[in-house]
Amino acid sequence: MLSYILRRIVATLPVMAIVALFVFSLLYIAPGDPAVVIAGDQASPEDVERIRQSLGLDRPFLIQFGSWVWRILHGDLGTSIFTNLPVSAMIGQRLGPTLSLMIVTLLLTIVVAVPLGVVAAWKAGSLIDRAIMGFAVFGFSLPVFVVGYMLAYIFALELEWLPVQGYTPLTAGFWPWLENLILPAIALGCVYIALVARITRAAMLEVLQQDYIRTARAKGLGQGGILFIHALKNAAVPIVTVIGIGIALLIGGAVVTESVFAIPGLGRLTIDAILRRDYPVIQGIVLLFSFVYVLVNLMIDVVYTLVDPRIRY
Amino acid sequence: MALLEVENLQTHFRTPGGINRAVDGVSFHVNEGETLAIVGESGCGKSVTSMSLMRLIPEPPGRIAGAIRFAGRDLLQLSDREMRAIRGNDISMIFQEPMTSLNPVLTVGRQIRETLMIHQGLDKAAAEAHAIEMLTLVGIPEPKRRVREYPHQLSGGMRQRVMIAIALACNPKLLIADEPTTALDVTIQAQILKLMLDLKRRVGAAIILITHDLGVVAEIAERVMVMYAGRKVEEAPVAELFRSPRHPYTQGLLGAVPKLGSSLTGTATRLAEIPGQVPDLRKPIIGCVFAGRCALATDLCRQYAPGLEEKGPRHIAACHYAAKGAVAA
Repeated sequence: MLSYILRRIVATLPVMAIVALFVFSLLYIAPGDPAVVIAGDQASPEDVERIRQSLGLDRPFLIQFGSWVWRILHGDLGTSIFTNLPVSAMIGQRLGPTLSLMIVTLLLTIVVAVPLGVVAAWKAGSLIDRAIMGFAVFGFSLPVFVVGYMLAYIFALELEWLPVQGYTPLTAGFWPWLENLILPAIALGCVYIALVARITRAAMLEVLQQDYIRTARAKGLGQGGILFIHALKNAAVPIVTVIGIGIALLIGGAVVTESVFAIPGLGRLTIDAILRRDYPVIQGIVLLFSFVYVLVNLMIDVVYTLVDPRIRY
Repeated sequence: MALLEVENLQTHFRTPGGINRAVDGVSFHVNEGETLAIVGESGCGKSVTSMSLMRLIPEPPGRIAGAIRFAGRDLLQLSDREMRAIRGNDISMIFQEPMTSLNPVLTVGRQIRETLMIHQGLDKAAAEAHAIEMLTLVGIPEPKRRVREYPHQLSGGMRQRVMIAIALACNPKLLIADEPTTALDVTIQAQILKLMLDLKRRVGAAIILITHDLGVVAEIAERVMVMYAGRKVEEAPVAELFRSPRHPYTQGLLGAVPKLGSSLTGTATRLAEIPGQVPDLRKPIIGCVFAGRCALATDLCRQYAPGLEEKGPRHIAACHYAAKGAVAA
């Protein structure tokens, strides 16, 4: 098992290398000359040339790529063109809110979507099933920002139960932290909950047809034990897969959600960086997100072995 | 005294093509400690009958009517909760498919433990000890290791032994075995049958054996009930039935059994078959259910359904032409 995880980590290296190549190429693929952008409107061609040289933009592509990778391996993601701060420091500052938002959304999704899917499968064809699936279609169709503004209007402005926007770090206390994250998590989680609930229902429907479920009933087990132990554990592999894939959805959605709820996280940083053509920051963030995604996939593979004893590596 | 009395059992399913009368008015009983075999070809309602006894038929689309009296209580009148207390405890079941009847993601030990913890209120440690005991009893070597293994680590025969261990863990009064040996190798079949008989003697359970294998019936049953198209067509003690089957369908079934070595002794004949198919149970059947496939059928058969009549000692059959007392051809 441990050797499998080590092998998987080694196997992610080529993936990360390809990702790094793509991320680095952004600078060349994207329109506009970063040196011109940094220099500003008033700069003379000599100024632009000086900036180009100081950033190494005049050297051959592979040399630039090589030295960029070398620096990253030493923990140096470069310096922001706009703020002149190290990119790693900027990301570090913004990591907390985004990570908090994603974890709360993930937990909310699992707690809500899986039981909904299980109940829908158990009561397949009934009114409850149709209501849950109808809600899923609804959740799937609404864009994050629409849900976000609706929630903020109802629960923050009208009912005044929760804050409209902002973020409080966890160090300021659990409730102030959570209070600010509830509405964003619901807005961000809508699509995700709909997706996971649908997959859970489909996987459970398949499992509930199996002979061993009949055996469990013949043993005198209650409905809860049959659904949540005998059936859900068998349905877990596709559910875990979708939860993992959904993390990519969360990353994309976080950018919009953070804007709607004014959360100072990586999403906001990404938008700002793109608008300013702050390439080192964009590269750093994309690289980080890719790394997180690769890591999540590794975790999913490990979780498979925990839920299904037939899967061994 | 009868342990189980089934009266006019009707299990119907609503289907898009009409109501399927899978079991239509079947009555029988099982005495304490007795082995009753229910035989018939595929689709005759054997399995649906056994599932109905446990109330494992999904309702809807299924619907069970009639009465199933077990130790004096009508199972059809019990609440779900009361029924759960009976399943796996007083009545338990072994299924045809050992490869798929065990949960692949739970350990063998856990699957045996469960019934003990639900029905006998044992704690985990006591249930685990009892589970190991049960595995020893059903002849699984190294039970202490096996109890921690998963079904995919066991062979088909071993898995059926585990199913038997689960079924017998709570000392049931009635064991329903639905084609328990069909999916197994012939040598394993014999082992499993012997095991079931041994355990039946130890525990004193009655057995309902559902099968289409007449060899198995001759081996272990005391009484046989023959089903056709959702009805009972004949019932007799096992020796009596094999000696003088009265219903043409039963005669056909017995004729369709190949005789080992008959080609060597020069007595080989073409294997008999029953022409035609089981009638569509979604359409009302007028007259005898078997008339469409029966060589003896007359207009009488096609118009009036024969009732179950006494044809010999403890021997009943539903046929207008089955001779009373005499040995049929």
